[in-house]
Amino acid sequence: MPATETPTMPEARRALEICNACRYCEGYCAVFPAMERRREFPAADLAFIANLCHGCNGCYHACQYAPPHEWALNLPAALSRVRRESWVETIRPAFLRGLLRRPLAVTVVAVLAFFLVALAAASGFGAAHTGPGAFYAVIALPTLIALGSVTFLFALFAMAASTLAAWRGLGGVPRGAHVLRALHDAATLKNLGGGGGECPYPREKPTRARRHAHHALAGGFLLAFAATCVGTIYEHVLGWHAPYAFFSLPVLLGTAGGVLMLMGATGLLVLKRLADPAPLAAETLPADHVLLWLLGAIAATGLLLLGFRATPAMPPLLAIHLALVLGFFVTMPFGKLLHAPHRFAALVRDAMERGSTHA
Amino acid sequence: MFRAAAGFRKRPGSATLPPMGVSAETPDVLVIGGGNAAISAAITACRLGASVLVAEAAPRPMRGGNTRHTRNLRAMHLQPQGTLTGTYLEDEYWDDLLRVTHGQTDEALARMTIRASAGLVSFLAGCGVHFQPSLAGTLSLSRTNAFFLGGGKALLNAVYREAGRRGVAVRYESPVRAIAMERGAIAEVVLATPAGEQRIRPRAVVAAAGGFQANIAWMREYWGEAAENFIIRGTPYATGDVLRLLLDGGCAPVGDPTQCHAIALDGRAPRFDGGIATRLDSVPFSIVVNRDGQRFYDEGEDLWPKRYAIWGRLIAQQPGQVAWSICDAPAARDFMPSVFPAITAATIPELALALGLDPLALAGTVADYNAAVREGVFDPTSLDGCRTEGLAIPKTHWARRIETPPFVGYPLRPGITFTYLGVRVDETARVHLADGSRAANLFAAGEIMAGNILGRGYLAGFGMTIGGVFGRLAGQGAGEGAARHARN
Repeated sequence: MPATETPTMPEARRALEICNACRYCEGYCAVFPAMERRREFPAADLAFIANLCHGCNGCYHACQYAPPHEWALNLPAALSRVRRESWVETIRPAFLRGLLRRPLAVTVVAVLAFFLVALAAASGFGAAHTGPGAFYAVIALPTLIALGSVTFLFALFAMAASTLAAWRGLGGVPRGAHVLRALHDAATLKNLGGGGGECPYPREKPTRARRHAHHALAGGFLLAFAATCVGTIYEHVLGWHAPYAFFSLPVLLGTAGGVLMLMGATGLLVLKRLADPAPLAAETLPADHVLLWLLGAIAATGLLLLGFRATPAMPPLLAIHLALVLGFFVTMPFGKLLHAPHRFAALVRDAMERGSTHA
Repeated sequence: MFRAAAGFRKRPGSATLPPMGVSAETPDVLVIGGGNAAISAAITACRLGASVLVAEAAPRPMRGGNTRHTRNLRAMHLQPQGTLTGTYLEDEYWDDLLRVTHGQTDEALARMTIRASAGLVSFLAGCGVHFQPSLAGTLSLSRTNAFFLGGGKALLNAVYREAGRRGVAVRYESPVRAIAMERGAIAEVVLATPAGEQRIRPRAVVAAAGGFQANIAWMREYWGEAAENFIIRGTPYATGDVLRLLLDGGCAPVGDPTQCHAIALDGRAPRFDGGIATRLDSVPFSIVVNRDGQRFYDEGEDLWPKRYAIWGRLIAQQPGQVAWSICDAPAARDFMPSVFPAITAATIPELALALGLDPLALAGTVADYNAAVREGVFDPTSLDGCRTEGLAIPKTHWARRIETPPFVGYPLRPGITFTYLGVRVDETARVHLADGSRAANLFAAGEIMAGNILGRGYLAGFGMTIGGVFGRLAGQGAGEGAARHARN
C-alpha cells in the first residue's frame, strides 16, 4: 500500500490505538486480528487495514467508546476516509488523482462525451433495424470495437497499475493458497458478516440485506461481462452477427445479468437511503452513489435495448447504452470500483500474514 | 449530591414537554435500570405475560450501565459448550469464589448462582447474543468465561431488541426521583422523564440500577479525600440514588460500603467511562512504587487474573492514591499496553524526573531490588522461579532485573468498577426488609445486590453472572406475581 501519510491517517491511527487496547471486536472481521498483529500503524499498514475493512459497521454499534463518549471513536468512518485516500494515492496516471474527489462531474462529463461520440458515429436514426448486423447499421462494428477495446484496456491497465502501486508498499509474493483464501473471502463476503453472518446495516439491527444486494450487483455484473465475452466469440470466432435470439447464450446471460444488476443497484441505493449516517464518512458517499446509479443505468438501458431492439427506439437506446458503458470504463480507475482490486489485494495480504502467524 | 461530570450527560430540563397527565401508569412490572440484569429481568417477566416498563437513567446511546463495558460472564458447564472449553464444575467455581472472597460470601446464594450460571449462555443466545472465542491476551479464561462477540454493548443491543420484540417499553433519561413504600411493598415510583415527572404504580418492581461508585460524595463518606482521586471505570449513571432510596425506605443493607471491585488503571484515564482500554496489566512484569519511590506490595504474588482486582484497593491506600509501574525495555513487551503511551527514559533517574518522582529514591529502590533478584527461568504463564531474596517486601515470581534501557514507566490509579454495598436478597431475588421480613413486590438484581455474594475480592466475569442469574430470578418473581394477580 502507499507509504504516504495522508491527512485522514492520524484519526484512524488514534482509533486503532484505542481498539488495540480494547479488542472486544476481535471476532467481527479480519481488521481486528490484523490490527493486533501490530503495535504501530505506519501509513502503508493503515492503508492495508483500511482496505480490509468492508464497512459492515458492526464494530461501531458495538463500541463502548462511540459518540457521545468523549473519545468519539468511529472506526468505520475513519477507515473509509483512509481507504479513499489510499486509492487516490495510487491512481495512475498521477495527474488524474483529483478525479476521485469529483465522481459525479467526472462521470457525467465522460458519459456525455461518449454520447456525443456515439451520435457522431451513428446513422439510421428514426428507422427500425432487424436481422443480423442490425446494431452495426447504426454504429459500424469497427467503431464499436475501437471504442470498446480502447476504453476497456485503459480501465484494465489503470486499475492494475493502481493495485500494484498499493501492493508495493508492503511487498512480498503471495502463494497460490493465499490467493485462493482471498478469493474465498471475497466471494463469501466473509468480512461483511460481523462474526454472526450478518452486519448491522442499514441500521443497528443485523441483516443480510447488504450482502445479498452486493452479490446481486456483482454477480449480475459478471454475468453481463460473460455475455459480452460470449458475444465476442460469436462475432469474431464463429462469425455469427448480433443481435442474437432471446434464448441464445449471450442474451440469456445478459438478461439475467441486467436484471440482477438492476435489483442489486436498486437494493444498495435503497439501503443507503435508510442507512444510519453515524458510522459513515459523508464525503465518501457520492462515489458510491455515482457507481450504483451508473451500473443501474447500464443494466436498465441494456434491458430496454433488448426489449425495443426491433423498433425505431433502438438507435438512440444503443447510443445511450454505449455512452454509459464507455463512460463506466474510463471512469472506473477514478471511482468506487477501485474498492474491488484494492480490497482483494488486502485480502491476499491478510491471508499471507495469517499464514505466517500460523507457521 | 455530586453528579457525574461527563460532558455528554443531558439533564432533563424544565423547558421540555409539558408534564403528562396526573394519572399514574400501572404496568405489571417496573424495571429500574438498563443493564444486563435489568433487561434480563424485563425479558423474563414479559415472557410470563406481564406488561413491563423499563426506566433507564441514561440516554439511549449510553444505556446499559456497566454492561456496556463488559466482555464476558463466568459460566459453570458440565461439558464443552459453544466457545467454552473443557468443563467448569460447581465445586471448582465455588473454590475460586471462596479464595477471592476469603470466605466473605453466602454459600447457599453463591452455589445457587453458580448452578444457575450454566443456563446463562443459552438464555442470552436465545436473545440474539453471539459469543466469540476468548480474546487474545485474556490469560486462561477460555475455559471459565464466555465472551460476547463485540463486547457488552453488542450484548445490550441484542437483548434490547429482544425486549422490544416482546413489547417491553423502555423509557430513557428517566432516573427515579422517589419511591413510596407502604406496608412492606412498593406503592409508587416517581420518574423524572424528559417529559416531566411521571408516577408509576406497578404491581412489582425490579431494582437493577447498579452500585453507587459514580457518586463521589457518597464514596467520600467512607474514603474521605481519597475518593477524589478514584477513577470510575464505568458508567457515570451509577449514582446509587435507587440504592439510597431503598435503604432509606426500610430495605435491609448488605455488604461493607468500602468494598468494591477496583483495579489498577493507567493514571491518565478519564474520570468516568474509560472502560477496558485504560486497564494496565504491567504489574507482574514490573515493580510498583508509591509517591515516595518505595515499593509497597508483592507484584508477583500470584497469576495476574487472580490478583488484578486487588491492586485498585492497594493503590487507593497509598498516599495520593497514585503509584507508578516501572520496568525495562524487554519487560515492556510482556504485557498489553494501555491506550496511553509509555513514558520512557534512558536512565532510572531520568525516568523518575519524567514521572515526577524523587530520582534518588527511585534509583535506590531499583538498585535494592536488582541486587535482590535471584536467577531463574522466566515464564509469564506460570508461577516461575524468578524471585527476590532479602527484601522486606519480596517479589515472589517474575522478578527480573530492571537493567536494559529505555526504562519504562506508567502512572497507576485506582479504578473503581462497582461498589458492594447493596440490598439484602433471598434466593429468589426478593428484597429483605430491615425488620427481617421480605418485601411483597420488590426484587433486586445486579450490582445493587452483588454484595450478597461478593463480600470482598472479585472473580473475572462474575458481575455479569450475578446480573444474569438474579435478573432472570427477579423477572420471574415479579412476572409471576403480576400474572397471578391478573388471574385473580
